[in-house]
Parts: sequence; structure tokens; C-alpha cells
Amino acid sequence: MLGGTIKISKNKNFDSTTAKLSTKDLKANFGKVQVLKGINLSFPENQVTAIMGPSGCGKTTLIRCLNRIHELTPNAKVEGEVTLDGVNIYSPQVDPVAIRRRIGMVFQKANPFPTMSIFENTIAGLKLAGVRNKETLDQVAERSLRMAFLWDEVKDDLKKSGVDLSGGQQQRLCIARALAVEPEVILMDEPCSALDPIATAKIEESIVALKKEFTIIIVTHNMQQAARVSDFTAFMYLGQLIEFGTTSEVFEKPKSELTEKYITGKFG
Amino acid sequence: MRFRLLRGDVILKILLAAAALFVIGTVVGLAVELFLGSAPSLFKFGPSFLVGSKWQPSNNVFGAWPFIYGTLVTSAIAIVIGFPVSLGIAIFISEKLKSHQTFGYMLGTIVDLLAAVPSVIYGLWGVFVLIPLLKDYVEKPLNKSLGFISLFSGHPFGYDFFTAGIILAIMIIPTMSAVTRDVLSVVPNSQREAMYSLGATDWEVTQKSVLPYARSGIFGGFILGLGRAFGETMAVTMVIGNIPSVSSSLFSPGATLSSIIANQFGESTGVFQGALIELGLILFFVAVLINGLARILLWRMTRGKEIKA
Amino acid sequence: MATKYNLPASISLQRKIVNKLMTVLVIIAVALAIIPLILILGDVFMRGAPALSIGFLARAQNPLHVSSGGIANAIVGTFTMVGIAALISVPIGIGAGIFFSEWSNSKLSTFSGFMNDVLTGFPSIVLGLFVYVIIVLPSKQFSAFAGGIALSFVMLPIIARTTGESLKLVPMTLREASLALGIPRWKTVLRIVISTGKNGLLTGILLAVARATGETAPILLTASTSIYFAKSIFQPTASMTVLIYNYATSPYPSQQTQAWGAALVLILIMLALNLLVKLTVGRKIKGARMYA
Repeated sequence: MLGGTIKISKNKNFDSTTAKLSTKDLKANFGKVQVLKGINLSFPENQVTAIMGPSGCGKTTLIRCLNRIHELTPNAKVEGEVTLDGVNIYSPQVDPVAIRRRIGMVFQKANPFPTMSIFENTIAGLKLAGVRNKETLDQVAERSLRMAFLWDEVKDDLKKSGVDLSGGQQQRLCIARALAVEPEVILMDEPCSALDPIATAKIEESIVALKKEFTIIIVTHNMQQAARVSDFTAFMYLGQLIEFGTTSEVFEKPKSELTEKYITGKFG
Repeated sequence: MRFRLLRGDVILKILLAAAALFVIGTVVGLAVELFLGSAPSLFKFGPSFLVGSKWQPSNNVFGAWPFIYGTLVTSAIAIVIGFPVSLGIAIFISEKLKSHQTFGYMLGTIVDLLAAVPSVIYGLWGVFVLIPLLKDYVEKPLNKSLGFISLFSGHPFGYDFFTAGIILAIMIIPTMSAVTRDVLSVVPNSQREAMYSLGATDWEVTQKSVLPYARSGIFGGFILGLGRAFGETMAVTMVIGNIPSVSSSLFSPGATLSSIIANQFGESTGVFQGALIELGLILFFVAVLINGLARILLWRMTRGKEIKA
Repeated sequence: MATKYNLPASISLQRKIVNKLMTVLVIIAVALAIIPLILILGDVFMRGAPALSIGFLARAQNPLHVSSGGIANAIVGTFTMVGIAALISVPIGIGAGIFFSEWSNSKLSTFSGFMNDVLTGFPSIVLGLFVYVIIVLPSKQFSAFAGGIALSFVMLPIIARTTGESLKLVPMTLREASLALGIPRWKTVLRIVISTGKNGLLTGILLAVARATGETAPILLTASTSIYFAKSIFQPTASMTVLIYNYATSPYPSQQTQAWGAALVLILIMLALNLLVKLTVGRKIKGARMYA
């Protein structure tokens, strides 16, 4: 966990103190209910980290704390630190609006803006940041849609409404939309849970390709998905971090008995 | 056994369907009877009634235009002031008070209280409180300084389009803000979160994701408010002066379709009465059109027709 | 972090200012609505209180010496007409509402429901003209009866709508369970659906009564006015709202004070009815608003 070193491969070690994003004693509540009980976790740069655990373990709340979305819910509270490149994003000098551009999010159910076209959806974040140059917007839109593996399917009709697409396409549109503002970290909350296997496969393909430029954190309760796309895996249970390590380690040689029970399907 | 069960069902359905038919019959009956009642005037003046600007009961000359004009002017003032205020209230309660739901509910109730005040009491307050206030602190100063603009020209007495418009604005605010509030609360949170996660400020989230999503409902509320402004009678008739006028000055006395009916109906007979009923017929069609349009827009919004996914 | 497209690392000052400004504007909007409300209610209470006394409420108008008279005949007139209106609009309104909810698939139901919505909040003076033409003209007489009929058209759409909306909230499973037990549909509707949704029905009736109590235009044209107690419902009658209208435009200060007094009584009745509505149902029913 925090302070340790993890072997990624023969020549590479992951030192948690130089992680892209990390949490320190992170706690989160909904009113009186404490969902996160002190999480210490580090996410390696340009890698895919999966967060797994049974329903109610707090994994969604955890990532919603990472881009400061959790605090928008009425009666929600956050304590502790989340550090991005060494800076605590919860310190009073940090503007949450600016942070949310650097840490993007894709939600469980695709939520494109229904009154905007595919093009407008993609560049929505750029427009917010004040980018007006038409050429720039066109370029970024194409680049983002390509990275989300959606360009070929929509390039002829970018003016179509954002909701006139299939579920899988909508989700890829949401990924493109998140990519367009060039975040450093992308959070994904069970992005494929509402999709069929073919759509899921396309998105998993894009996730593996995206890690070259971004740090990706994906919440999933599908263990096979975690095994397919992630480099690192964190296992949570009842608001606590039980285990963290490379995916192969966690799956093949779990250190905790709880992890082993979950992986072998004894509960979940 | 089965035969008896059927009979109860059939009787109930017939009775209830009759009630539903009664509603339809009311609207139809309204049209028919208003048409019949306005016959003396309808046949005398024909379509020129709509554009006629002379209203002289003593000479049996009648034209609806001054009242259509008055209705349009006062409603325009009411909407220009009332719509932004209603939108602001709705945004405040629905977006800013998310963490204080009970306070939001109480605030909403207080604003709704404005709708519980009967029109005639607005009129009473208008006559004794608002008119002196507006006349001395708003109309006279504006008239003095900007009187060269036709909008502010004339001799302000307080009983005019302006005061009527202001009172109407206050009266339609509870309707419009309540509808808009309902409509904004139907916008899914996932839309707001999507906008937040792109790095948007609170206002940008409201402006770029909530309001567009709810736009047909908001427009429906707008139309509903407009409809109420068109149809309001007592408060208007007590403060507008009831002098048929097409003056371009806000400070000129005037009359609306509904205010003149309330004002002159008691002393009317024959063609005069027919003319007043014909004004009512015009009001009927306007109300049906506007109310109908508003309901269609609101129905689309709350049935979730914006979303296809 | 500088990016390929030079997106700023923090948000611009302009965006922050606009955000703060909009918050201020929105609060101003709320103030603009609350201030008139406070002024109106305040004035009604302050100017109306001096007129209040037992005599004010118990005595009829005295044309010879206004300030020793009261508004009793107007109060009775209002209640009489609202009562007549309720007798007509409650059964028909509830009936139509049940039809909207239980037979919602039929074309008649959809069309009637739409017509009902159109009729809700209709300019009440037009309803007054309607009743004038169909009742006052043929009977050659203004009457409390005509006034009651006019008010019933004001109340009907409100009751029908609220009834329909409340009954739609009753879960389908309740009806299915009842029918599965062999209970005939008419009994299911009348006993089970209605008793579950009865709060909503009550709310609708209260809202409609409140609305009708405050109406002026329709009864101005049909019941006219009177300074006496009406001896039968087929005679003209005074009402609180018409009294306020007449006294407000009178040159005599004593009548003006009585206008405020009547306004105070009327407001108290409206507030009481509204409070009753909020207490019985609160925000559970979609149609439970004055805008109906």
C-alpha cells in the first residue's frame, strides 16, 4: 500500500510516492453513513488500475471523490487528502472546477447531452474552457472520436443528435467528450455495465489504447474485465482497501483471504 | 353471476364517461353560447370588429382593437418582468438549494402563496398602495426625465398600462415559477454531473445542461403564464382606467379584453352587450389556443420525450 | 500542465465573475417575488384589522350607515354559491377524474383530459359570460343559483385533474390483486382505488373551493350584488369578492375600510384552506398547486 514498492515487471518498479494520483486517509460520508473509512491508495501514471469489490464496498464513492463530484450530492462530506502530482486537490486554494477538467469521468450509464449534436457533445468541455477557433475544435473533435474508436461510425453525420446512437456508441461518445478536454486522469465508473458484449469489447479496446496518454482508473465488478484491461487492481470491501497490487498478482497470488474468497466467487 | 358483474362495470363506465363528456361539452358549449350571445354585434360588424378602433356605446359603434392592444401591452409588460423573475426563482430553489431541501420547499410554498391571493385583493392593493407608489416614485420621474420617448410620454395618473402590467407580473410569477420548478426537478442529475465533470461552474451547469434539457417545459410554463396574463380580470380592471386606447405611452390609461367586460357589462344591452360578449368570444379562442399549446409542451417534457436513449 | 491546445490550468476570472453574478441575480429574483407578497399581506392585515369586529361579521350591510353595518350577507352569499358549485362540480369532477385514471387508454379519456387541462385556469370572466347567456338571460334574472353554476365551471377542471393525478399514483398491483380475487371492476374502482387515493381527492376539492371563494368576475356577471341577505337562491346576492370590488372603488372612506376588512376575512379563509391542503397531502400529489 502507501509507502511500498511494487514490482511491475523485471525492470520496472512502482513506487507509490511518485504516483500520478493518490489518496491519504480518504473518508467519505452520506449524512451519517460512512462509506469510505480511510483509504490509502496510489494510482500509477499511464497505467490502468481497476477497483473491484462487492456492491456497497464504496468503489463508486471512491472515484467520485477523486474528481470532487461526491461533494455535489446533498449531505455528502469528504475528509482526508487526494493528491494529484503532489498537490492536494481538496486544499482550499484549489478550485474544484479546474480539477474536474484535469480528472475526467465516464459514468455508468451513458449521459450525452440530448439537445446537442455528436460534434457539440464532443467539444462541450472545450467550449466551456473558452476555445472558439473552429479549426481547433474540428481537429480535437476528430482526434477524440478516433481515440474513443467512434470516428469511423459517425464521421459522416456529426450533426446527428447525441442520443440518436446505440447505447455502446453513446458511451463511446461520452468517452470522446471526456477526452476532448485533455484530462490527465480518466475515471470510469462501470462504463460497460449497461452494454452488450460487442460494445463492451470495443470500449475495452479503447481503454487499453488510451493508457499511453492517460492514467485510467476503472471501477468494475466484472472480474474478467479487470483481468483483461487492467495493469493494477485494488480490492475493496465495506469501505476499506483490502489489497492492491499488479493485476496478475492480485488474481493469482492474493495476499488477503478476503480477496481470495471474492475472486473465487465465494461471495460477491 | 357473470352477467351481474358486467352490469356494474358497464353502468360505472357509462356514468364516468358521461362526466368526461361533460367536460368536452363545456368547452363546446362555451364556444356555441358565446357565439350566439355575441350575434347582435357579430353580424352587425363582421370581421371588421377585430380591427375597429372605435368603441362608442352611445353611438352603437364597437371595435375590439383597443382591447386586443391593451391585452397585448399589459401581458408583454407582465412577461418581460415576470418570466426572468420566475426563472430566477426556479433556478434558485431547484439548483442552489439542493442541500437544503426543506428550505427550498418552504420558499416554494411562500411563492405559491402569491397565487392564493384573490385577484380582487390584488386590485384593492393596487388602487390604494401600488398606484400612489408607482405614480410618485416611478412614473412621474420617468415622465419628467425621459418623457420625450413616446413610451414614457403623457400625464401619468397611475391608472394605466404600466401599473396593470406590474400587477399582472406579480400575479403570474407563482404560476410560471411553480411550473418551471417542477420541470427543472425532472432533469436527471446525471446530466448535471456530466457537465460538472467537464469542468463547469455552477451557473454553466445550469445554463448549458439543465436549462436546454428542460427548455420545452420552460417554454410551456412561459405560455401558461402568458395565458394567465391574458385572462386576468379584476386586478387589471381596478387599475387600468378602462378607457379604450391605443396610445403608445405606458402611462396612458387603457383597457383589456377582460377588464372592459367587467367594467361595462352591468350597464349594457342589445348590440352593446353583444359586442362585449364578442370580446369574450375572442378571449375564449385566445385562451384555448394558448392553454392548449402550453399543455402540449408540458406534456412532452414530463413524458420524457426529450430522451430517446 | 500546458496542453497541445493550450487549455488554461485554472478557470478564467470572467467565468468566476459570471458565476457569482448569476447567483446574485437569482437571489434578487426571489426577493422581487417575496417583497410584494409581504407588502400585500401586511397591508391587508394592517388596514383590514380596524374594520374587524363581531358586528362586522354578523351584520348585513347597512346602506344608511355603512360603518355600523357588516358583511354578513356577503359572507353568506359567497358560501352559498360555493356550496352550490361544489354540489355540481364535485361529483362530475371526481367522475371525470376517475375516468381519466382508470380508463386512461381510451381516446375519450385523452381528449377529455386535454379539454380539461385547457379549461383549467381559463379566464373566469368568459365562464361568467357563458352562464349569463345560458341562465341569466333566459331567466331574466341575476341569481345566486347562476353564480353557483358559474363557480362550478371554475371548480370542475381543478377537481377532475387532481382526482385523475392522485388516482394514477395508486399502484397498479393493488388493482390487479383486487381483480385477481374476483372483485368486479366497478367495486375495485369505487372501494379500493378511491379509498387509497382519497387524500388526493380531498386536496383537489379544497383547492377548488379555495379558488372559487376568491373568484369575482364570474359572479359579478351572474349573481350581481345585493345589500340584503338573499331570500332564495334564485335572487341576486352579495358576495365577499364583489363587495370588495364595489367598496374599493367607492369614494367613502368607511366603505374603503370595510373593503380591507372583507379582504382580511377572505385572505384568512384562503390561508386556512391552503394550509389544510399542505397538511393533508403536501408535495405528494403533482397537481396539488394553486396553478393547477
